[in-house]
Amino acid sequence: MQTPEQIKDRILAAFPDAQVEVIPNGSPASQPSLLLAPTQARQIAKFLRDDPALRFDYASNATGVDWPEKTVKEKVKRKKVVDGVENETEELVERKTPAFLEAVYHLYSMALGRGPLVIRLRTANRADNAALPSLTPIWRSCEFQEREIFDLFGIFFQGHPDLRRILMWDNFVDHPMRKDYVPADAAEVLP
Amino acid sequence: MIAPPGIQAPAAVDSISHDLLEVAMGPHHPSTHGVFRMNVVLDGETVVKLTPVFGYLHRNHEKIAEKNSYLASIPYTDRLDYICSMTNNWAYVLSVEKLTGLAVPERAEYIRVIVAELTRLFNHACLAGFLLQDMGALGTPMMYAFREREKILDLFESLTGSRMMCNYMRFGGCRCDLTAGWLEQAATVVAGFDSFLDHFEALLNGNEILCARSQGVGVLPAGLAVNAGVTGPGLRASGVNYDIRKVDQYGIYNRFKFRVPLGRCGDVFDRYMMRILEMRESLKILGQALHDIPAGAIIDPKAKLRNLRPKPGEAYGRIESPKGELGFYLISDGGSAPYRYRVRPPSLINLTVLEDMCLGHAIADVVIILGSIDIVLGEVDR
Repeated sequence: MQTPEQIKDRILAAFPDAQVEVIPNGSPASQPSLLLAPTQARQIAKFLRDDPALRFDYASNATGVDWPEKTVKEKVKRKKVVDGVENETEELVERKTPAFLEAVYHLYSMALGRGPLVIRLRTANRADNAALPSLTPIWRSCEFQEREIFDLFGIFFQGHPDLRRILMWDNFVDHPMRKDYVPADAAEVLP
Repeated sequence: MIAPPGIQAPAAVDSISHDLLEVAMGPHHPSTHGVFRMNVVLDGETVVKLTPVFGYLHRNHEKIAEKNSYLASIPYTDRLDYICSMTNNWAYVLSVEKLTGLAVPERAEYIRVIVAELTRLFNHACLAGFLLQDMGALGTPMMYAFREREKILDLFESLTGSRMMCNYMRFGGCRCDLTAGWLEQAATVVAGFDSFLDHFEALLNGNEILCARSQGVGVLPAGLAVNAGVTGPGLRASGVNYDIRKVDQYGIYNRFKFRVPLGRCGDVFDRYMMRILEMRESLKILGQALHDIPAGAIIDPKAKLRNLRPKPGEAYGRIESPKGELGFYLISDGGSAPYRYRVRPPSLINLTVLEDMCLGHAIADVVIILGSIDIVLGEVDR
């Protein structure tokens, strides 16, 4: 079993300019993930599938995660000079985490019996036209799942062969799995 | 009667002009096994395009779970694949156990294997019954399958209090211990199931109508099956040796001797035979598990059920459910409800290749190809 760090090195050997980051996982499951840059995601995905030492031929699970902007309060130590005496004080600083939508893929290798390798793609923001490259041309198992992410989270998958709503009806407007979704009065939304 | 855009009518072979016909099959068609619709474009009786339409049973199970505690989602998982509530429970608690690092006592692991394999038995039996019903064997095979299913549901009822919505497994174990005499009853049911299978196979396997309708129909090549994420008996019918019980060896599956049946052609007949052969293997597992089950606790004493707050992190857990790979992906932010709760539904993903399997076949074959995939709409639409 290769660790995500080894897989990252293998990707970097093939694509020296690739941006790959290992995202640690705090749970005992120890399934760290690789964060890929959206612009290179398709060719790296193809490499992960076709490379003879990796052969992730099976994309099991594809899903979205919504990360709205969050205010994090942190204590920061600062040195202050009061009346000529230097004092160390703690200050509460508010920091805002960037908002983005994320697509998460769980890859397995049926040929080599390995996995899961978790890869993540992040949009630049949570706007209405947030877009990511579709991985359906690499793994067809993503076809319905990416449609579902588009439907429920509102990520546009560029290069998807048939990007339509899948669970909600066609003229539904919002994306229900977003964290800030407010359900409308049922009488108003029934088709 | 007008072809939708993008579809070319085939060149007429005779002087009679013919148009394509678009038929909405479902959501109330009896062969769709629930509220599922296929928009089929037909040239005569031959399928030239098929578009599945989902969502009639959508209630956003995932959103509900993200507003509830971890424990409160277990009964909701019963209603995903409402035939197999036990395996749904297992996939979910397995993922939470991965997220929290909980261990499961030996006896509970055995009980889980026993109830999961019993679930596989009646799921496959019912699937075979429904498939035969779709081919025109009205009632008889299905009633035989349902008779056996009833015996297993009686076992579940005496164990959990409910026949179908069992709500039985808990993080770190199971909800209640086996009742007195349950193992003996289960052994009787398992022994009876073996002779039921002999009977069922003698009746059906060589049946001329079954063979004529299913052999060479709906062929799924192995490469496409892997790429499209098909799992479960449908994948193995195409000859790909991938059974999560063997690959991941979750629970205690490494202790049992059983084989993974593989098909050769990947057609409807192979998918039917996969179910029959897998039932035989499940009976082997059940025989060993019912014999070996130890006494002991049924839940980890450290397991915290109410107000569970896992450390921030994520986990993906999966099992070989009767329909394929059932996975749960959970992200915890340290709160009492999962930050993200995702079900990887085998029924939905196995439908990805429905069109590929149906193209060029008659509309009557669509019914049996769909029947051989084995879907439950509670899981497809979630």
